Amino acid sequence: MNTTTTVTAAVPAVIPKASFDRKPVWLLLAVMALAFPAIGSASSWITLTVAGLAMGFIVFIIASGLTLVFGLMDVLNFGHGVFIALGAFMATTVMGGMAAFADQGGWQALLAIFCAMLAAMAVAGTLGLAFERVIVRPVYGLHLKQILITMGGMIVGEEIIKIIWGPLQIAMPLPEPLRGAYLIGDAAIEKYRLLASFIGACVFALLVWTLSRTKVGLLIRAGVQDREMVESLGYRIRRLFVGVFVAGSALAGLGGVMWGLYQQSVSPQIGAQVNVLIFIVIIIGGLGSTLGCFIGALLVGLMANYTGFLAPKVALFSNIALMVAILLWRPQGLYPVTNR
Amino acid sequence: MTMNLLELRGVHTHIGAYHILHGVDLTVPEGQVTMLLGRNGAGKTTTLRTIMGLWPASQGSITFRGRPLNGQATPDIAAQGIAYVPENMGIFTDLTVKENLVLAARSARHEGELDRARLDWIFGLFPALQKFWLYPAGKLSGGQKQMLAVARAICEPRALILIDEPSKGLAPSIIQNLISALRELKAQHTTILLVEQNFMMAKALGDRVAVMDDGRVVHTGAMAELAADEGLQQRLLGLSLGAHQ
Repeated sequence: MNTTTTVTAAVPAVIPKASFDRKPVWLLLAVMALAFPAIGSASSWITLTVAGLAMGFIVFIIASGLTLVFGLMDVLNFGHGVFIALGAFMATTVMGGMAAFADQGGWQALLAIFCAMLAAMAVAGTLGLAFERVIVRPVYGLHLKQILITMGGMIVGEEIIKIIWGPLQIAMPLPEPLRGAYLIGDAAIEKYRLLASFIGACVFALLVWTLSRTKVGLLIRAGVQDREMVESLGYRIRRLFVGVFVAGSALAGLGGVMWGLYQQSVSPQIGAQVNVLIFIVIIIGGLGSTLGCFIGALLVGLMANYTGFLAPKVALFSNIALMVAILLWRPQGLYPVTNR
Repeated sequence: MTMNLLELRGVHTHIGAYHILHGVDLTVPEGQVTMLLGRNGAGKTTTLRTIMGLWPASQGSITFRGRPLNGQATPDIAAQGIAYVPENMGIFTDLTVKENLVLAARSARHEGELDRARLDWIFGLFPALQKFWLYPAGKLSGGQKQMLAVARAICEPRALILIDEPSKGLAPSIIQNLISALRELKAQHTTILLVEQNFMMAKALGDRVAVMDDGRVVHTGAMAELAADEGLQQRLLGLSLGAHQ
């Protein structure tokens, strides 16, 4: 291949640096900083901040799959909550079955939780595969029908859960090694919240690595922006979507286990309750944006904990107020996906 | 004798309730640049999208290397060696220039698996892409984005490249550079079906020409003939070459 011509006119002498939009990160830090004088006590502030971040990490795990599902195929899945509920209930069964083993000590308890998480992810992922085939696939491109049928799917799922596990709330106590808190000065940092934050950070790191360092990740990011062009390059985006849907369902199942342990109880309505929160998060973050979903989830977690402490009545609508404020600032969310 | 790589026979396309293509007959000879000209709304973009399977043909046949493309999914059509550069360029703006090219090269999983010789050739054609290699594509200028769009189409050998109005919205100097790069492709006997409104570009690149009007091909022939006949241009396109030089 000979190079006989070159296109040079468009090359500027100085190459501008690509800049990362740090404003949403600064907003997160500003919320934390502003809460400090309002709370007035360093120990309470640390406790609430860790609790808020832990809640945010769990919400991120649940919401990350949903935002990619919407971004890739424009599918509004209001039934995402059923995977959360199924994951949580599956965990109660596994942890109940391993109770005697888990009570033996530290690593046994962690292993029991790990097994419960794996089982929850496997079952939620399998249900996700069936859900996509039976419920979502017939309504591609039809938003109103998507909302109705996926909500219907969640209601059916809830009723099936009631048939299997009963309609009542089930206790989901933390295993002995995860009970209690570490004391740093006067600040109490609950052990489980540290574990939840660690798992959440690992999931985030894994997602970021996958999305930025692998070809599948590139395809997902490209598909979120312009799925037609991805197909024109020769890739089957439907297969990719099914994979993301299943992975997102499995993550919701994992999130359900963590949310259940966070609340120390599960009920068949757990999915519907968390659904509102995760939709707020993906709207705040920018539909289809993983980083936006991450920052949005942390903001929601912090806001819920700070306002719950400072003004419990405000806490009821604090996240809605947060969403309104962010959408007034950035109508497409914190990190809008450019081509959407 | 030159073989026809792509043939459309009596192709109709409906988009919703609208009947856009009314029996398009078109042949694209191998190793040549075929220009698809016509006024706005004549059906040029719809023709390219129908070939790619992005809008299904409701009637008629589309054959590529003698095999039917009708009813095939877009990824299967692309996998046969057809590249498409849409009118909006289809750049993944949140991805870097490198990531855009890694995606376009189906055989490469990462940068290291890109065909180095071909990449150097592309950098020779479009040096800006090398300079902005790790830069988000969304931050490139319009001309640079168009270069990236064309580079994606040629980063692996393709049998046929469909390009939709590459000169749209570009400054004259950039258009001239783009013509130079496409001439380089033409010199290598790359088969191109190029939709264009810019007659200067069409004249500079085209071997064959097909003129569309109201969803049909109303004229086919050698580009040189149309370029030399101002009366024909006036009748088919409503322009005279002098006005576009």
